[in-house]
This record gives sequence, structure tokens and C-alpha cells, in this order.
Amino acid sequence: MIRVEDCIALVYHEARLLDEQRFDEWYELYTDDGLYWMPLTRGQPDGVTHTSLMYEDKLLLKVRIERLKSPHSFSQQPRSHCQHVLQQPDVESLAEDRMTAVVRTPFFYMESQLDDSIVLAGVTWHHLVRDNGQLRIRMKKIEIVNCDAALPSIQLFL
Amino acid sequence: MGKYTDNPGAVDALVREDQVHRDVYLSPEVFALEMQHLWRNTWIYVGHDSQVPGPGDFYTTTLATQPVILLRGEDQVIRVLMNRCAHKGAKLLSGPQGKCEANVLRCPYHGWTFRLDGTIRSIPQKAGYEGTAFATSNAARGVVQLKHVRNYRGFVFARLSEDGPSFEEYFGESLSSIDNMVDRSPQGRLEVAGGVLRYLHDCNWKMFIENLNDTMHPMVAHESAAGTAKKLWANQPADAPKPMAIEQFLPFVNGYSFFDEMGVKLWENGHSYSGVKFSIHSKYSSEGDYERLMEQAYGADRARAILGEVRHNTVYYPSLTIKGAIQAIRVARPIAHDKTVIESFTFRLVGAPERLLERTVLYTRLINSPTSVVGHDDRHCYRAIQEGLSTDGNEWVSLHRNHDVSERDGMAGTYNGLSEVSMRGQFRAWARYMKPQASTEENA
Repeated sequence: MIRVEDCIALVYHEARLLDEQRFDEWYELYTDDGLYWMPLTRGQPDGVTHTSLMYEDKLLLKVRIERLKSPHSFSQQPRSHCQHVLQQPDVESLAEDRMTAVVRTPFFYMESQLDDSIVLAGVTWHHLVRDNGQLRIRMKKIEIVNCDAALPSIQLFL
Repeated sequence: MGKYTDNPGAVDALVREDQVHRDVYLSPEVFALEMQHLWRNTWIYVGHDSQVPGPGDFYTTTLATQPVILLRGEDQVIRVLMNRCAHKGAKLLSGPQGKCEANVLRCPYHGWTFRLDGTIRSIPQKAGYEGTAFATSNAARGVVQLKHVRNYRGFVFARLSEDGPSFEEYFGESLSSIDNMVDRSPQGRLEVAGGVLRYLHDCNWKMFIENLNDTMHPMVAHESAAGTAKKLWANQPADAPKPMAIEQFLPFVNGYSFFDEMGVKLWENGHSYSGVKFSIHSKYSSEGDYERLMEQAYGADRARAILGEVRHNTVYYPSLTIKGAIQAIRVARPIAHDKTVIESFTFRLVGAPERLLERTVLYTRLINSPTSVVGHDDRHCYRAIQEGLSTDGNEWVSLHRNHDVSERDGMAGTYNGLSEVSMRGQFRAWARYMKPQASTEENA
């Protein structure tokens, strides 16, 4: 059974793992069929027939995480750092059987690399599921406000 | 003013057969001259006609940093207008695309209205112009319409300058890459679909364009991305079906011999493509009944010939690069000597299975997006060049790889894939079009 306070705690915990670059732990928060999606347009219906900024299954997330560890990730010299600032998450919906929930969280996000930084803001939608007794993320959808802007590199995870 | 303006000799001296001076990338003055000459004397990609499917539909962009409007008239003719009100110069349209209300362009400042061919339809309180010389002024001619516009199988190009090469003369046989991309639709038709990725680069536009057929960099710059994907996949059994993403990543870390043998083809005027014999797109799985649909449309032999061409990147110098084999294009929009926006568009092959749109959407996201692990390393290297070139002690950039003095007599031909000949060809065209062009007879 999913409890509202567990949903909220998970969203905060996830952001913290990202900000502390504990990517292997972060990866485990996602279900095996988990999806990390940053749409390119507002109200984008899917990430399959329309390009997204990110639309990553666990294999692609793993590629990113392992790449960040590689000494040959030249774009990570020097390393990037990030900080999320989250508004209090709202549980938007909770299934009747309390096995799934959708959580909405407005955020600010800063990613920096030495003298360069980018600030992004938007709303994150966490689709959570009770999976083998654990609360996990089946989909995280990140809608940034300026999705249609010409953006510089975004190298970490929002 | 400055070192290069009104000094064609100094501009010429920036380009040698096998080296270029760093100022082609670093100098704001050279950038201004590029926008004044190179990007006006040559044919620049504007947009695709499927972006303006109906009368009054518009798409806005820039040509040589100047705002322009691509629009379809009530007569179905595709025109390119300068995005400037005939009166005080305000941009008429500010959104990226849409439909002109009542098929009229209306200035947001004083309400002048224009027909879709740019001519004046109405001016509020027009009596105020009576007794003035307005009728003989530039303003009375309406919005400037570009004279030299060509819609080639949906791809719309324009030349800003009065004088210059005709469209055919400029592109010649390089148009075969667009042909192949369009022919891959069983109906011979493409539609822009799947959105546009806009990636801001802090580098000169030429670093991006040169990189497209730079086959010496993937195994180094993209080792961390594609090499990681390869390693992760290595634990899978040999017969495990490869996800599309893995299929797309892996060839980026093919060895030097692969990229050398695939070959590079060069035409005049800086156009080229790599992947003459095969390319990183050769081994993609076939998709559903696509091949059958192609055979129905073209016959078995022709269908095989069309699908057998799997060119890597074709560069339509200086603005457009296409990947016909997967229906994706990238367009360079220069902003300053060290600032460029790269826009990536994907296309639907009309009449083909939707899975092919999914493939190009995936590729474009993986490789060309601001979040791409491949794009990150490219962009990092471009900026590293932009910064590194400012150092004293060596003002020249080497393009010597496989240089041969016989290139003096003409460069068109097929070369080994690792050659830097495509860049030498680009700079030869660069030098040619960085000066005023002889007047021509063509009316394209």
C-alpha cells in the first residue's frame, strides 16, 4: 500500500541522490521497465514518434551513468555539478488499490561546470508503483519551461 | 576598417591548400564578411515545404543572420520574404511557425498589411502620404521578396545576392543525396515530423560543418559514449536482438579501417559526403514490410538501388547537412563568430511504416540533442578549439591529411574516408565565395 508521505519522501530522496551524484543508487529507484522522459514540446503525446530531450529506458540510463565514470568523457572535464530545489511534492492521484501514484513537483535546477551554468525550471511528474514491496519509479517526466529554446548542453539528470 | 574589410587579398591569404589561418574561426570581422559574402553568394537552406502545407502557412528562420519568412501563397507558390515591415522595419512575424490570419501579413506596430507575396494591401490613414514621394520609395514596394528561391523536391533554398551561381551550377550532382532521401519514401515525398531540436553551440559554425565528414574523431571523441554502450552490450549473448539504440551507438566506435574504407565523395563548391561504399547506417535492421512497399513502388531493382545507398552525412555547404539514410537533417544557423545554433529536423517517409519515423527520432535524440552523450563531446571539442586557437606560437590549422598537390587541378572525386579532403574542399569554396560574384543570366 502506497502512503502519501512515502511518495513525497521518495521524490526528495531521488533529487538528493542526483545532487550527490550517487547515480548507481539512483538507478535502482527505477523499475526494470522504468522510463526517464524530458519532452521537447508542451503537451507532447509520446516520445516514440516525436523527438524528446531525453526518453531513456534503463539501458540508456546505464550508458549515461557508466559514461560519467569514464576518464574519457571529455565533456566532463571538469565535472558538472547540480542542485535541485523542489517545491513540496503533491500527490496528484493515488490508485484505488493504492499500488500506483502520480506525484507533481515544481522545481528549479542548476547545473554548473566551472564558469558555465544553466538554470532550468519546470514540473516533474513521478509515476510511482509498488514493486515487490518497494516504492519505485516507473516513469519520471520532466517538463521544463523552456523546452523549445536553443539549449546548451545539459549533462546530468534533472 | 579592420584588417579584412575591403581587403580581399588579406581574406584570400587566410586559406592555403592544406592549412587555414585561425582567424577564419576567431575573427568577428571575418564572420561579418562571411555573412556579407559567403552566406549571401551561395544557396542557403531555408526550410522544407511540408512546414508550410497550406496557403498562408509560415515558418520563420534566419539566412546569414537576417530574419526571413518562408510562406506559401494562395497560389500555392512557396516564397521567401524578408521578415521586415516595409515601413519602419519591425519584424512582421515573431513566432517560429503558424498561419497568417486571413492570408494577410499585418505589422504589429502600425498595422500596415501585406499580401502573401509581400505587396502592400493596406496602410491605415493612407491620405497622409498624398503629396509625398512615398509612391517612389522602397516602402511602397512592400516587403522584400527574395528573387532567387528554389524548391528542390521539398527542400527550399535561397540565394540572397543578386549575382552568383545558379542553383544547378552550385549544387550539381550533390543533389543526388536529397534525391536518395526523398526516393526512400514509396510515394517520393517527405514530411517534417517529430519536432525540432535546437542545440546552442559556443563555437564557430564551420567547426560543426567540418566535423560532419571528419571521420578521424568518432573513435576518440565518442569512445566514452559509444564505447560504454558497446561494453554494456558485450555481456549479451551473440544472438540477443539488439535494441535500436545499441544498433545506432555501436558503429561510432568502429575502427579507423572502417571509416577509411567507407570513402568520402567530394563535389565542387564544398559539398561532400562520407559513406560511399557503406556507412554507420548500413547494418540497421530492416523494418516491417518497408522493403516490400518500396519494391511495389519502384520495382525490385530500383528499390534495391535506392536502399543500397546508405550515405553518412552529406554537407550542402555552408548551411545544411543531411542524413538521407535515416531521414534526418541538421541546419547551421550562425549567430556570431563563436556562437551557432544547430537545428535538427526529422522526416516522415510518406507511405512508409511509422517505425522508420521512430528510428530517425531515436537517432536524432541520441546523437543531436542538447542532452546527447555524443553531442556533448563534440560540442566540448569545438569549444576547446575555439579557445585553444587563441594561443600564440601557431596561427595555422592543419588540413594536411592525405593532401595531394593534384587537388589544385580540381577536387571532385572519391577519396579514402580518413582524408581531410572534404575540409580542403570547403575552404576552397569559402575563398571563392568570400568575394563579389560575376553577374549571371540565370533566373532561378
